Amino acid sequence: MPVAGGERFPNRRKPPMTALAALIRRDIRIALRVGGGALIGVLFFLTVVVLMPFAVGPDLALLSRLGPAILWLGALLASLLTLDRLFMADHEDGSLDLITMSRTPLELACAAKALAHWLAAGLPLIVATPVLGLLLNLDMVATAAVALTLLAGTPALTFTGMIGAALAVTLHRGGLLMAVLVLPLSIPVLIFGVAASQAVIVGPMTFGAPFSILCALSLVSLVIGPFAAAASLRHGLD
Amino acid sequence: MSGPNKGEMRLSGQGLRCVRGGREVFAGLDFAAGSGETVAVVGRNGSGKTSLLRLIAGLLVPAGGTIALEGGDAELTLPEQCHYLGHRDALKPALSVAENLTFWADFLGGERFDAAESLAKVGLDHAIHLPAGFLSAGQRRRLSLARLLTVRRPVWLLDEPTNALDVAGQDMFGGLMREHLAAGGMIVAATHAPLGIESRELRIGGVV
Repeated sequence: MPVAGGERFPNRRKPPMTALAALIRRDIRIALRVGGGALIGVLFFLTVVVLMPFAVGPDLALLSRLGPAILWLGALLASLLTLDRLFMADHEDGSLDLITMSRTPLELACAAKALAHWLAAGLPLIVATPVLGLLLNLDMVATAAVALTLLAGTPALTFTGMIGAALAVTLHRGGLLMAVLVLPLSIPVLIFGVAASQAVIVGPMTFGAPFSILCALSLVSLVIGPFAAAASLRHGLD
Repeated sequence: MSGPNKGEMRLSGQGLRCVRGGREVFAGLDFAAGSGETVAVVGRNGSGKTSLLRLIAGLLVPAGGTIALEGGDAELTLPEQCHYLGHRDALKPALSVAENLTFWADFLGGERFDAAESLAKVGLDHAIHLPAGFLSAGQRRRLSLARLLTVRRPVWLLDEPTNALDVAGQDMFGGLMREHLAAGGMIVAATHAPLGIESRELRIGGVV
């Protein structure tokens, strides 16, 4: 009773959305469970920002002038802190092999993983910003400006950081290498993020120009990141 | 059931050459398996058994030769029609048994079979809500086997599949493989221990 293989093992194409949604759900779930990365990033962010007023001293004017920069630095380092595990964990337990073999394009899977990481680790930073703004003597407008720039800029950090995370898998080196690779790429994001926030607080620049560049950086990294990461993962198959 | 018939699937590789880290692992390797057939890849440690499976799975690029699946789904690539069961279980310790399994079922796509039924077949139905981190090595292996049952793929690539399985587990696994073969599937297994099913031996490298 010969039956064509395609019928005996029906492989009806599933819309890749189902697969991507499953991947995003899983990664967020893992990040939020005990031992996941989401909480570590926020706690680190909190620690850095809470300690800063003690280091700078009781000069409120100075503190509010430094505020956006402190928040941005804290967010940058916090998002890098957990990013190196983005592919490493999947590589170590063999999940990455199955993801590579699957019919979901690796680029899309990378994008989904980065999105999940941003939702679990990046978004909480932005939510925490208004609270931390109080500690840095930032008024309502300034805090809103920082939160808005973080919202526009942190995707760029995640999606460029993803390239470093993929390379770290390939080269079998952990977080240090990633920091060295990713930090230079994140400098423009930092510059324009802080510039846009400062524009609101002290002027004289307009908010629009640096903010637009920040959005552009995020959009570019959204496109380039997944392709670069997927290419790096494919190249490093072993 | 032996011998590839017309209309059935046939997995074959010809003149395969594998180079890893500048060292030639094997060269001029041929193999073939039709529907319902098993290839047992044997050889000493480091002879390239795992490399061969990873070549078929598309996880390594062959330095020479070709691998083809005839009679499969023309829209899908060979790796997309394979299950790869490697040394590592692809399980997340933070997720429960059921969450692990349904994730792979959702992610891998294709036709799905009941996850609970697959877990019952591999003897894990009592542990559905247990985090995978609490499972023993044998139970983890059983959970990865459930993945092969929940999402059907014609080609199973198994790397030391019976590792960590107890005697009852090996019997259970033998039954699962026979079912898979009876449904027209193919198995390529790298193994030191006898598989417990009829298989064609493919020896890589010298004498064991």
